[in-house]
Amino acid sequence: MALSTPQRSAEAAAAVLAGSASAGRTRGERVFAVLLLGATAVSVLVLGLLIAQVLLDGLARLDLQFLTSYPSRRAARTGIRAGITGSLSLMVLTAAVAFPLGVAAAVYLEEFAPDNRFTRLLEANVANLAGVPSVVYGLLGSAVFVYLFQMGRSLVAGALTLALLILPVIIVASRESLRAVPQAIRHAGLALGATPLQVAARQTVPSALPGIFTGTILALSRAVGETAPILVVGAVLSRRSDNVPWGLLDAFTGLPIQIYDFVSRPQADFREGAASAAILVLLTVLLLMNSVAIVLRNRYARRW
Amino acid sequence: MAWSQAVDTAAQAIVPATPERVFELEHVSVSYGPNLAVRDVSMPIHRNEITALIGPSGCGKSTLLRCLNRMNDLIPGAHVDGQVRYHGIDLYSKGVDPVEVRRRIGMVFQKPNPFPKSIYDNIAFGPRVLGAKGNLDDLVESCLRRAALWDEVRHKLKSSAYGLSGGQQQRLCIARAIAVNPDVILMDEPCSALDPIATARIEDLMRELEDEYTIVIVTHNMQQAARVSDRTAFMTTQVEPDEDGGDRRSGHLVEYDLTDRIFKNPADPRTEDYISGRFG
Amino acid sequence: MSEHPVIGAPVLVGDPGDRPPMSLGGRPRRGEQLAMALLALAGAVTVLTTVGIVAVLFFDAASFFREPVVSLWAFVTGTEWRPFGNPESDAFRIGVLPLLNGTLLVTGIAMLIAIPLGLASAMYLSEYAPRRVRAVLKPALELLAGVPTVVLGWFAVDFMTPVLRGAFGDERVAIFNAASAGIVMGIMIVPTIASLSEDAMSAVPSGLREAAYGLGSTRRRVVLSVVFPAALSGVVAAIILGIGRAIGETMIVAIAAGGMPQMTANPFEQVQTMTAYIVQAVRGEAGPGSLTYESIFAVGALLFLMTFALNLAAQRFVRRYREAY
Repeated sequence: MALSTPQRSAEAAAAVLAGSASAGRTRGERVFAVLLLGATAVSVLVLGLLIAQVLLDGLARLDLQFLTSYPSRRAARTGIRAGITGSLSLMVLTAAVAFPLGVAAAVYLEEFAPDNRFTRLLEANVANLAGVPSVVYGLLGSAVFVYLFQMGRSLVAGALTLALLILPVIIVASRESLRAVPQAIRHAGLALGATPLQVAARQTVPSALPGIFTGTILALSRAVGETAPILVVGAVLSRRSDNVPWGLLDAFTGLPIQIYDFVSRPQADFREGAASAAILVLLTVLLLMNSVAIVLRNRYARRW
Repeated sequence: MAWSQAVDTAAQAIVPATPERVFELEHVSVSYGPNLAVRDVSMPIHRNEITALIGPSGCGKSTLLRCLNRMNDLIPGAHVDGQVRYHGIDLYSKGVDPVEVRRRIGMVFQKPNPFPKSIYDNIAFGPRVLGAKGNLDDLVESCLRRAALWDEVRHKLKSSAYGLSGGQQQRLCIARAIAVNPDVILMDEPCSALDPIATARIEDLMRELEDEYTIVIVTHNMQQAARVSDRTAFMTTQVEPDEDGGDRRSGHLVEYDLTDRIFKNPADPRTEDYISGRFG
Repeated sequence: MSEHPVIGAPVLVGDPGDRPPMSLGGRPRRGEQLAMALLALAGAVTVLTTVGIVAVLFFDAASFFREPVVSLWAFVTGTEWRPFGNPESDAFRIGVLPLLNGTLLVTGIAMLIAIPLGLASAMYLSEYAPRRVRAVLKPALELLAGVPTVVLGWFAVDFMTPVLRGAFGDERVAIFNAASAGIVMGIMIVPTIASLSEDAMSAVPSGLREAAYGLGSTRRRVVLSVVFPAALSGVVAAIILGIGRAIGETMIVAIAAGGMPQMTANPFEQVQTMTAYIVQAVRGEAGPGSLTYESIFAVGALLFLMTFALNLAAQRFVRRYREAY
């Protein structure tokens, strides 16, 4: 039925407006909004539950003895010292490899790579790598570093595997920082007779450095919590000595690995006490790293 | 003393007399991909003069300017036909390194673009990159003086260049360009982002710099060209049918002469129209 | 001819006759060439990584399928997975369906949780939330995204499983079950779906919304009938990526879902996913060359193919929504 006459249109409009003012409509609106808020809150609530559970179970167990002891079959005597030194060494080595490699690749892709199909393939490749499951990186690391390069199930194999895992993250974050530097800066440098490499090294990269550091720290904080890849590469669940960064060929462990170990044991003391205390330490470390990254970004990142 | 004089005389005998012309453009055309931006420009640029390129927006003045120091290379798809001769050498011939070109032909941009570093480091960047070592304090002071900026910043050389006003930043960019001891300074609408007072100071500066450098400036402000330049080139956009039956717009050179003559007695009616404000 | 005070190059002023002939040829900069080569090499590492992954997975998977007792048909249709011990024995089974079953069951449960919660969160944050509420909720979601999966696995066994067992009874819910892992995994994926969907919704031009409001639409109708359909490509991409993450997730299932592969649709039973099998088997005694070892890579190859396909699909949808605006 065509609303051809003005009067009919006015009536229809009035009806719509009247309807929208009805109590039913407003109630439906409010219910919907509450539902959405509730759904959003569920995830946050679960996070809260998790943190609460960790604190409840773990805070009591957390003490100096726990932090400085090696693993033991007795839950009361076990500790995460090996996991802490293991994770620390892993992080140092991973950063030492992934940071220069990632920044160099980002500089190449952003500043020098010609705009052709090969470069686009490279970029798509980086994006794809970011979506590969971490356990597959573990398989890669195992086959290549552990067996092919004959490094064995060693610290360096674990670190290299983690470095490959976070490389795409560092590249993407660094490229964003580089992209934020205005072209005018590059043009100014080139117009003075500097080579593109000199402009990149002395102007563009230094200007982008705060963002690059932020991205790297965030990438490393991901690596700290990764369990599957180093589990596949051969991290030991239980180690009675410290890992040092220069013990490249040593067997190694890590904090997440110890957590996995504790969680897998049947005794409640391990699963609830030791595991949650270790988780508390891990989450604190992550919180610290992320805070440093955020502070870095807020204080030093240039607003162009 | 006598030895170096002998060397100089010998050099003079071997070297052919360099013409008074710094640039010689011969049938220069610039296209970005399929679009022709500048068509068939031929003109000389003379030493120790200020040459102005004027014309309505989009007529290709900046494009032409960027040919002179190969900054067009940075634009993907840019292509230059014809010859841009600098002291006899075609800048676009094989074997010419654009980095060397830009070392001798500097540029000041429309929007001041100092580096996000200290005033001192802005000026020192060029010399350092070219291999200068040691104490650059004297050089920095000399450049700042010649750019008429020294008195205003002498006490805050280590502070960020971004703390300066627009006009000061532009003078800093000029000082930075001078620091690498160029032969030519190109200026792409250097005052268009500045207020009238800052503009006046830069125009004064240009006249001082003319003694040492050859200056080519693009400006959309005719009066500025009239005030400052020795010679003026007027460009405009021309529409002509192309092979496919459509229209092709490209910039081309209408008239090029001493500034006095262009403004008082232009030869081409289009020039006269532009100058008298009838268009553009 | 005077010299520049610092650089030492001749100053190009004075009589034209003073100047020496000039070369604009440029010095060969060896150091720079080396540096550029190193940079390009760094870029190449990413290519090498992909090549490495593909080569390692498919090389060893190929060895697996070349074994006499293994056939592709048995692999994709067999309903028992027991690639241990003597390959000749009767007990040896290489049907991957139980692992696939486990992965899909857990993923299905996870998406049942993650899609509604994720989309609801996205709608709320994008269209409803007042600025102050958003300033609290959005970082909270990002925090959730940063929790390591081993911690979530612990949460699944220590909290979720007892809750499920309490709610549905000890006999009904096994100690290791797909539901605990699936539910926790769902919560883990909510931030992924929420943030990408929110991006897509925010990208919808406000003009569209204003037009709808101007016609007298309620906010609910605007969100459901205007914003959501307009952001559909981005939402689909978000969901596909979420599925990919669920399929590739290892620690939650390794800890909470169990180590016994079986064909079941019962969420309260134990299952083993492809990822959990990889972790379990690689830590066993089997070294390179053994069939068990090769089976790990066959499963890994299947896993990689699935997530790769999902990623490609997601990227296509992302491109579509980016192009639209």
